[in-house]
Amino acid sequence: MFNIRVNGVARTVDAVEDKPLLWVLRENLKLTGTKFGCGQALCGSCTVYVDGQPTRSCVMPIKAVGDKDIRTIEDISNEHIGNLVQQAWQELNVPQCGYCQSGQIMAATALLIDNPSPTDQDIDKAMSGNICRCGTYPRIRKAIHKIATEQL
Amino acid sequence: MKLNFAHRARLVLAFTIIGAASLTTQNVHAQSPLFQPLYEVLTHPRCMNCHTITDFPRQGDERRRHAQLVVRGADNHGAPTLQCSACHQDENVIDGAVPGAPHWGLAPLSMGWEGLNARELCLVLKDTSKNGNRSLQDLFLHMSEDELVLWGWTPGGNRTTPPLSQPDFVKALQAWVSAGGPC
Repeated sequence: MFNIRVNGVARTVDAVEDKPLLWVLRENLKLTGTKFGCGQALCGSCTVYVDGQPTRSCVMPIKAVGDKDIRTIEDISNEHIGNLVQQAWQELNVPQCGYCQSGQIMAATALLIDNPSPTDQDIDKAMSGNICRCGTYPRIRKAIHKIATEQL
Repeated sequence: MKLNFAHRARLVLAFTIIGAASLTTQNVHAQSPLFQPLYEVLTHPRCMNCHTITDFPRQGDERRRHAQLVVRGADNHGAPTLQCSACHQDENVIDGAVPGAPHWGLAPLSMGWEGLNARELCLVLKDTSKNGNRSLQDLFLHMSEDELVLWGWTPGGNRTTPPLSQPDFVKALQAWVSAGGPC
């Protein structure tokens, strides 16, 4: 049994110690907004925050979570910038198939919280670990710039 | 044949050049035999891939640029919101696909070893202005106890390990430190 804190709520989960956080979120807690992509920390679709830092939940065993705060896509609209990111994503029709977009939104929100006026290079450095097979990168970049320019 | 002064001078010059050339050649290897085994370990990809002189880490025995174009970042731990620890946990993942160890990150640029021969690397290693102000004893502790250094011998997956075993490396390291760190 592990006691973890997810989106501000204390949860108790019954899982083996090596179970990845991703599957604890999806299976045990039914928080299915976080997606399984590659399972090897290569694509970014499983990105959640661990104490505020974007982290690949597919490679983080539940035993490593401890008392760290976990935050997922389900809670990101409660974050001012997360809300702005989701609105901009809708306005600019950023997603195509959408599968990677939970991770993209988590990464973009973290970037804008850290840096309210990112350059293209800052965006590259922050987002290079989030892969999109539909190639929505130009719209992701445009949405980040739009938020930074108009709302931050 | 009796050599006159000019002949002798030419011979002396020739031997000097030959001697200097052989010294230069020897510089490729450590002048101290005590450092040579350490050099062979420190230049193994498991160590060198994060002791780079570039703005990014490398990976694999072929030392290709790290996937996803990850960067060194101001604190040697990646971009502000794409830290090394986003993927590298405190231990390797079960199938070894993603390596991990505590405080995963790059060595600072001053500790970049790429392109150095053995003597140069030895001098840089001991230079307290470049090595984080570490004494020989501090270096011994770093290289024999730091969990990220020890990961080099338990890298997971099918990754190769340095040419000396970890205990043999510590013995070689102790011998070098005891001798005063000769280069």
